[in-house]
Amino acid sequence: MRTLRSAGVPDSAIPDMGVAAVARRRVVVRDCARHSIRRRRMTGRAMQVICLIAVLIGVTPLVALVIATVSKGAGALSIGFLLHAPTPEGGGISTAIVGSGEIVAYAVALAVPLGLFIALFLFERAGAIASSIRFSADVMSGVPSIIIGIFAYAVYVERFHHFSNVAAGFALGVLMLPIMVRANEEAMRTVSVDLWEAGISLGARRSRVARSVVLRGALPGVVTGNLLALARGVGETAPLLFTVASPTFAMTLLIFNDATQPFPDAQQTAWGTALVLLTLVLILSVTARTIAWTLNRKTR
Amino acid sequence: MKRHDANTDQNLSDASNRRAHVDNRTALLARETRTPAERPGPGPYGTAVTLEDVSITFGDHVAVRNVTLEMPARQVTALVGPSGCGKTSVLRAINRLHDHTGGAVRGSVRLGSLEVYGPDVLPEVLRSRIGMVFQRPNPFPTMSIFDNVISGLRFNGVRNKRLLREMGIAALHNAALWDIVKDRLHQPALRLSGGQQQRLCIARALAIEPEVLLMDEPCSALDPVATAKIEDLIRHLSGEVTIALVTHNMFQAARVSDNVAVFLLGEDRVGELVEVGPTDQVFDTPNDARTKAYVTGHVG
Repeated sequence: MRTLRSAGVPDSAIPDMGVAAVARRRVVVRDCARHSIRRRRMTGRAMQVICLIAVLIGVTPLVALVIATVSKGAGALSIGFLLHAPTPEGGGISTAIVGSGEIVAYAVALAVPLGLFIALFLFERAGAIASSIRFSADVMSGVPSIIIGIFAYAVYVERFHHFSNVAAGFALGVLMLPIMVRANEEAMRTVSVDLWEAGISLGARRSRVARSVVLRGALPGVVTGNLLALARGVGETAPLLFTVASPTFAMTLLIFNDATQPFPDAQQTAWGTALVLLTLVLILSVTARTIAWTLNRKTR
Repeated sequence: MKRHDANTDQNLSDASNRRAHVDNRTALLARETRTPAERPGPGPYGTAVTLEDVSITFGDHVAVRNVTLEMPARQVTALVGPSGCGKTSVLRAINRLHDHTGGAVRGSVRLGSLEVYGPDVLPEVLRSRIGMVFQRPNPFPTMSIFDNVISGLRFNGVRNKRLLREMGIAALHNAALWDIVKDRLHQPALRLSGGQQQRLCIARALAIEPEVLLMDEPCSALDPVATAKIEDLIRHLSGEVTIALVTHNMFQAARVSDNVAVFLLGEDRVGELVEVGPTDQVFDTPNDARTKAYVTGHVG
């Protein structure tokens, strides 16, 4: 009773409910509203300005990054840059583009189905096992990516005695899995319980409801979540350090490798690769949003 | 007649100019706000709300057309009719909620003699004179019961603790909720039952001592017992506050209202006001054949 006691009036006191008292209170409120309106409007405007400034501060580095990458990388771009394999004299980055694609394909093949089934399990079962899986997924999303790289090295490269894109895909898949699980589960939670109950009450099996109602309803969120996790994984470098046979087999490694060399040609290649990578990630993100938007639109 | 902010804001080139303008507007409102919104007209206390040839459109869609209606002060006016015939749109035009939903209001809406859509009206100050209760109870979930009640006062710049306390308690008494919540004023509002939550929302609306209370199907989410309590409350409040009650329950309209306005869909699917008058007359001897069919339960 903070508000009440601090005013020094006993709690049980009944205020004057007479017509005159009501009229008096009404006048007081109206006066307060009118006298404070200028202050309230000024506060509102000030907050709007602060929001605008915050947006500008947040967007500036992003725009600067894109401008820098485009202006420094555009010079390296050519059809040959995309289609030719690297040579000691320069050449293109075709092996890196193909390699990155391969790695991502392996990662998707591992993480997307696993992520879906794990998320379904978390959605369907509320118990100790589910909550410990959820907890470990949360912890896993925070594991530094270099540690995942070392893990992949230990369980794959050491055992089979060679570096490969499969090992890199495994590392990326492990990295993306917890993000996908959590995104999928969140998307499934947006499907209302009413719909789930409607499905069950029609005599459908849980698995059928999971497929036709829950998964279908969550699809826009699932697609967006997976593609965004993918976009995040494509840009990772650390998990590939210990798993890929040569820096020329992955775009991020190529950037890392060439950018740290003293030769202007290598640095030019690094900027060009960065631009290609940035463009691909942008395409992925836009695709994710477009698909989600289209799926959402179909239900209206 | 939509928003006039754009025109008036052009004149506000500098701060002092703006201050002078706000003062001007508040001075204009001062005359209006010190006394309840009433002007001579039918009914023992005159007329509180006047709608003259009001049409409301959302984009291309005309929701309701050519409504002319007077709501006698300190009486209950029920707006009845089937779904989609514009009752709620009319209600929301009175406190300018359409400013935020993209609805365009044409015609004249007056609170007392104040032109609601006049160029000098500040919507915030206008709304501080009009309470509103929605279909589903919507207490602020993060606030305690008592903080909910006094939130409108706080939003309007009332800071005096003693006054907040007095007006909050008065509002709880007015909403017949005091005895139920007096021992748990600082518990979260969501711990109340649905009917109690709705009465809390009424208390919240009453705390600013509104001259007009807009109620948009306030019982549609409640059970019969809770509904009966809200109806008792409406009867109790009439005589002090002008109430505009949207309902699709003809029995409720018959039980609690002094006047009825019947809305029906016209032939081109646009809402129309077909009959308005004292409740007894509209129900016993309706002038319009369509009204007769509707109130006797043959249609709708």
